[in-house]
Amino acid sequence: MRAGILLFPGINRERDMVLAVRQSFGTAPRMIWHKETALGDLDLVIIPGGFSFGDYLRCGAMAAHSPIMRAVADHAARGGYVLGVCNGFQILTEAGLLPGALLRNAGLRFLSMDTDMSVERADTAFTSKYAQGEVIRAPMAHGDGNYNADPATLDRLEGEGLVAFRYAGANRNGSVRRIAGIYAPNLRVLGLMPHPEDLVDPLMGGTDGKALFDSLAAA
Amino acid sequence: MSGAPKMVDEALAKSFGLSADEYARVLDIMGRTPSLTELGIFSVMWSEHCSYKSSKVWLKQLPTSAPWVIHGPGENAGVIDIGEGLAAIFKMESHNHPSFIEPYQGAATGVGGILRDVFTMGARPIANLNALRFGDPALPVTKRVVDGVVRGIGGYGNCVGVPTVGGEVNFHAAYNGNPLVNAMTVGIARTDRIFLSAAAGVGNPVVYIGSKTGRDGIHGATMASTEFGADSEQKRPTVQVGDPFTEKLLIEACLELMQTDAIVAIQDMGAAGLTSSSVEMAGKGGVGIELELDQVPQRETGMSAYEMMLSESQERMLLVIRPERREAARAIIEKWDLDYAEIGRITDTGRIIIRHQGRVEADIALQPLADAAPLYERPVVETPKPAALGNVVSDLDLGEALLRLIACPDLCSRRWIYDQYDSTVGGQTVKRPAAADAAIVRLEGARRALAMTTDCTPRYCVADPEAGGMQAVAEAWRNITATGATPLAVTDNMNFGNPEKPEIMGQFAAAIRGMAAACKALDFPVVSGNVSLYNETEGRAILPTPAIGAVGVIADAALAAGIAIAPGQDLILIGETRGELGRSLWLREICGEEDGAPPAVDLDAERRNGDFVRAQIISGVVSACHDVSDGGILVAVAEMALAGDTGVELTRHASSHAFWFGEDQSRYILAVRDGDALLAAAKAGGIHAEHIGRAVAGQDLTLSETVAISLPQLRDAHERFFPSWFAS
Repeated sequence: MRAGILLFPGINRERDMVLAVRQSFGTAPRMIWHKETALGDLDLVIIPGGFSFGDYLRCGAMAAHSPIMRAVADHAARGGYVLGVCNGFQILTEAGLLPGALLRNAGLRFLSMDTDMSVERADTAFTSKYAQGEVIRAPMAHGDGNYNADPATLDRLEGEGLVAFRYAGANRNGSVRRIAGIYAPNLRVLGLMPHPEDLVDPLMGGTDGKALFDSLAAA
Repeated sequence: MSGAPKMVDEALAKSFGLSADEYARVLDIMGRTPSLTELGIFSVMWSEHCSYKSSKVWLKQLPTSAPWVIHGPGENAGVIDIGEGLAAIFKMESHNHPSFIEPYQGAATGVGGILRDVFTMGARPIANLNALRFGDPALPVTKRVVDGVVRGIGGYGNCVGVPTVGGEVNFHAAYNGNPLVNAMTVGIARTDRIFLSAAAGVGNPVVYIGSKTGRDGIHGATMASTEFGADSEQKRPTVQVGDPFTEKLLIEACLELMQTDAIVAIQDMGAAGLTSSSVEMAGKGGVGIELELDQVPQRETGMSAYEMMLSESQERMLLVIRPERREAARAIIEKWDLDYAEIGRITDTGRIIIRHQGRVEADIALQPLADAAPLYERPVVETPKPAALGNVVSDLDLGEALLRLIACPDLCSRRWIYDQYDSTVGGQTVKRPAAADAAIVRLEGARRALAMTTDCTPRYCVADPEAGGMQAVAEAWRNITATGATPLAVTDNMNFGNPEKPEIMGQFAAAIRGMAAACKALDFPVVSGNVSLYNETEGRAILPTPAIGAVGVIADAALAAGIAIAPGQDLILIGETRGELGRSLWLREICGEEDGAPPAVDLDAERRNGDFVRAQIISGVVSACHDVSDGGILVAVAEMALAGDTGVELTRHASSHAFWFGEDQSRYILAVRDGDALLAAAKAGGIHAEHIGRAVAGQDLTLSETVAISLPQLRDAHERFFPSWFAS
């Protein structure tokens, strides 16, 4: 699995992502500047967290129009893997690669703490090393993680098994139907708000996030 | 400040904060009436904020060197060797005055400013901390300030992607009109890639990078050098507005540029903006500098030379670069969508010459501007030594007293605050806020980690500034030690009232004396710092607050101790307990008094106890460690129980509140698997140690079978204050 990490101005969790990928893949990911127009021979494109372009417009809205995003859309259309975490998830929704939107957190405050979430299906390239229904922990750190979509879209997501993770226990940001992450219909594009890449080392408080990268490494 | 040209005279100088004597000195140096721009330059360079004119004579007493100190005070931040070819670069700085006027932007730009002080030296920032003091929580304005400051710190720190990992918060009515926002940044650089600010190379271009210059923050440094009156609200335009996104670009652009050999010298444009950066860079390098202000990237039209030189627009840096690298430098800066402008050059004239629209707006010899800066040995009246506290008793049940103490604003959980700060970005945070006595952040790709803390107990300082200054340093050293790390160095943020009042200057002098004694005894040099004076509103001063930021190193992050205990562990108290209640939180919260003398610090015992504790942690026998500070033993034990979510059986027989809530210094509680072995080791080392109880399964904290408090009850009390305050 050849992985690349997209760099938009204002992205700030790329180093965390590099460490998680390198640990599970055994190789360093390629770093791709947002003004590039081609992805080369990548199997997996990762959009990490941060504040792309300061998130001064809607979160992720500017980044969704960066030159590299056309290549990402082509990559996804060809069935390539895409992982968007936090701001990366917001960018994927803004780019139309995933449905719905991430609104301000219900309490209107930034939320930084560990959250529990359930693995809704363990048969995807992202989750094969988890058990079905397993509750895992991951740090979250966002001001705009409140997932929302219209009822028809939500019903479709549920009906087609495209909900990837759901908050277990507290649903602090107020996401509709406790949704923490979703897949595209081909199950090869995943967007989620919490940060599995920040929990891949016992010293950092746990390894619950590691299986996601191990799953991808084995895909 | 725009509009009709102003007459430069003594009255205008006074409105710029220069005394009659100081203005006379300006006239003497210039040999003529200065231009408005020149007067502006003198007034900010000679402001208390930039010149340290009242504090310098005292600051000299602080020890600043040690074999591991690479750069002490005088650079943008302090630099220490942390092994493996790496340096920690750090500093703490205040943004008090702006944070009262406009809490969000005041705090946000405080974070931005201290970040720049650190990355300008070549370091990637790896941690932010803060030390905050607010007024009486009963006042609505306090809630507004807390909310804005916390949002501002989070808004900026979260966006730039530097984890906010630690800090401290106090409330006291003395801060009602004058909150303190002290922000600290710690960064990491290679010891052979440290960048300094001294300009060099006649003819080298002077390059401006970052945000455009606007009219914001003009005379901010002067504002930070005066008291507040009823007109503070009118000073809102002197507060700068932060743009953390641009700061993030600036961090990445500078660090990328620093991989090349393009940079000769670099400094951020902080307080007094373009003035202080250009004057200091040229002055330190012993060269001259010429600026063409027409080349300065401007956000607004029609800006005058005066406005550009005095603007404190944020996220800007000034560089001197090698001319043959200018295109490579431009390419890197522009890749990050930042302005790159050559605005001048280095000369050999020893003068700063400012040109704008074909006119010379300023022409000042740099040496007298620096060397003739006023230096005051202001009159000092020492704070009388407080009488010891008499016998104070309370008939309150010990458990009730604990519940009340652990719920009070100064001791309650800070979760509501740190839950708004990203503490994990970077993927290296080993001990997050409240998990240990100091935050632990590992160095990427290494086993080594830094331990970081901020500490000060202002209620001690007001009673006895010397003892308080000593205690602040000792507590910082103790908090680093309690994680197993070796304390290395200190940054100090001296927050005091009006230095023209002898009593205030007396507090300052005494605090420095106490700090210096502690720093010497503990081999804990001061490598950087900041002085914030005139923290008064309508004549009332804040509590003297010498905030200490400290950094230590631990060779293996896996050995770092937190405070969470687990069933089966013995609890061993290290250090002697006499039951000192003077100036304790118990006295204030239970008896409603602020009286007596603060607990004395025995620096020999401090060192002995701390060295013993650290050695035990590093040997691997300690499961958890917590220092005993505010609230005494019982509060420390309760915090350990809550962190571990497990019960405690205290078996030490003592019925006095003084034993359980006294704030005697130099003490720790260690949780160990084998209490007897630890007691034997302590005995062999001549360390006072006693077994006080055990961690047990369950959810009860019991004390000599007479007091039982359930953990849920304790947790509810501990967690209640902030959420309920903000829900109301």
